[in-house]
Amino acid sequence: MPDPTTLTDDQAREAVTAALLRIVPDADLDEVGDDGALRAELELDSLDFLGFVEQLSASTGARIDEDDYPALRTMRSCIAFLTR
Amino acid sequence: MLHLIPPTYEQLRRTFTWDRARRDLSGLPDGRGLNIAHEAVDRHVGAGLGHRAALRCVDEDGVVTTTTYEQLRRETNRFANVLADLGVERGDRVMTLLGRQQEQYVAALGTLKHGAVFSPLFSSFGPEPIRERLRISGARVLVTTPFLYRRKVAALLADLPSLEYVLVVGEPPDEHTLSLTAEMALASDDYEIAPTDPEDPALLHFTSGTTGRPKGAVHVHEAVVAHHATAELALDLRPGDVFWCTADPGWVTGTSYGIIAPLTHGATLISYAGEFDARAWYQLLEAQHVNVWYTAPTALRMLMKYGAGAARAHDLSTLRHIASVGEALNPEVVTWGTQAYGRPIHDNWWQTETGAIMVSNYAGMEIRPGSMGRPMPGVEAAVLVRGENGRARVVDDRVTVAGPGVTGELALRTGWPSMFRGYLGEEERYRACFADGWYLSGDLARVDEDGYFWFVGRADDVIKSAGHLIGPFEVETALMEHPAVVEAGVIGKPDAVAGELVKAFVTLRPGFEPDDALRRDLLAFGRHRLGGLAPKEIDFDQHLPHTSSGKVMRRLLKARELGLPEGDISTLENAP
Repeated sequence: MPDPTTLTDDQAREAVTAALLRIVPDADLDEVGDDGALRAELELDSLDFLGFVEQLSASTGARIDEDDYPALRTMRSCIAFLTR
Repeated sequence: MLHLIPPTYEQLRRTFTWDRARRDLSGLPDGRGLNIAHEAVDRHVGAGLGHRAALRCVDEDGVVTTTTYEQLRRETNRFANVLADLGVERGDRVMTLLGRQQEQYVAALGTLKHGAVFSPLFSSFGPEPIRERLRISGARVLVTTPFLYRRKVAALLADLPSLEYVLVVGEPPDEHTLSLTAEMALASDDYEIAPTDPEDPALLHFTSGTTGRPKGAVHVHEAVVAHHATAELALDLRPGDVFWCTADPGWVTGTSYGIIAPLTHGATLISYAGEFDARAWYQLLEAQHVNVWYTAPTALRMLMKYGAGAARAHDLSTLRHIASVGEALNPEVVTWGTQAYGRPIHDNWWQTETGAIMVSNYAGMEIRPGSMGRPMPGVEAAVLVRGENGRARVVDDRVTVAGPGVTGELALRTGWPSMFRGYLGEEERYRACFADGWYLSGDLARVDEDGYFWFVGRADDVIKSAGHLIGPFEVETALMEHPAVVEAGVIGKPDAVAGELVKAFVTLRPGFEPDDALRRDLLAFGRHRLGGLAPKEIDFDQHLPHTSSGKVMRRLLKARELGLPEGDISTLENAP
């Protein structure tokens, strides 16, 4: 498990992508783009979103609290959050 | 100062009658009958409340659009005129596939004014559930958005010959669609509701059975008597309250209590376009000064994860009554709610078929955490002794009421106003829901010595996930359209947050490898076809258990999943 404090942008992107693909295996993240709203574009319901958060937390070792959920709106904001 | 002591539950049970409840509504002028939209909108304007906010739509960024009762009267008149211009007749079905936005409310009430039947679709459905419901309903009109149209409807049109008009909010994306916005702008805001018999069909809500296609439960205009009375008694709703029902109008709760009941009381209803988000929800409760909040166990369990501190960080002092429906509310959540909100959460029970709350914990009544409460005044509920198939035992057309503590099928004495009047086009399935003057709910429950009801489980294989009823058959059918799948068995897997998650077991055709790539492909396939009904988990199983008649034994799949003893398997055969 990588140390969250040393995650690069690319590693963060990879982790987010992997976590999303676990929920939506054929998600077209290029189409969503870095600023597309992930929940709306990928039609994640609240259970999907919880699954995404758990997956992301497990793979990066990052502690993700409910208060942090708004920071996980887009790919760009996810990367910023994970590399903060 | 005069202090009125509210009647106790026992007093209400003695004095309440549906006839008296009917008198709380005004009826159409000059004795022309009873129409839900008149009770919800026009009569308040007639009473001088036209300036009051009927609807506050809050978008995802917190921007609020308010619609007064007078504006709602005019908008719904326009919508009714649009339907009239299109040649829509009384009893025709009008479906919506919309988010939680103003047009949803206008379409619902405008359809009812016109005497057509309103049938909402959950906007998270995938194309398959949408196609199936449009086909069964025979809807002539669909109201949707350009986005949802392109994504979920455009490809289905060839299969839906009875669908004549697709109205979209804003610019029409192609030649098969009309702009609702443009039609509304041209339509008159004057409309007189035609005489409406209380028994005229008004609402069509789809629900799921264990087998077969979704069932369209038909409700009539008289249902409003129950919507109105139950909102007062079970939700403590009062005129002028700010009321937020978090359910989407695509489900029965979101129509009975998310549209109709608050408006018949002259309350202000809140509609939030966003998905669940703890912080946004608390901000909304605070900023909108919500008095009565009607939500669901899944949401409450998510809020519980967020912690009581977050709730207490907001000023929720206007909140007077909290209620929950969708599945049994676990006792821990009830207890937690009291800590977090300083007031109890009132669980209640009802179904698509019952149209309104039937069993409830009432304001002022002792709450037993984990219990759904006691029957509504005017409603007789009982637990019936079960037979071999797990449902109520019927011998010579007679059922037997079980004593306290015995688990049996929860049943209701027929005759309450919001009882469904049929499954559209399926008389046989409708009749099978009744025996000996009782409606058989398919839910298992027990009643304690003091008359409190306790939910035990479903008597059939229907899945309850995040408060939504999901038919395993519909999910299995969709999965079996995948070229790799020869058969599928779908169950509800217990989940701490959602109650149950949809889990599928699939048998592959020869030549397909049960690997991760195929699993991902099937998950994606399910999401495309089914949207929000799609399985969250898929396992491969080349030996699905079958009954002697060849049906997949979902119960056994579930027992295996839970690691429970599989019980008597004498009725099973190995899969061919």
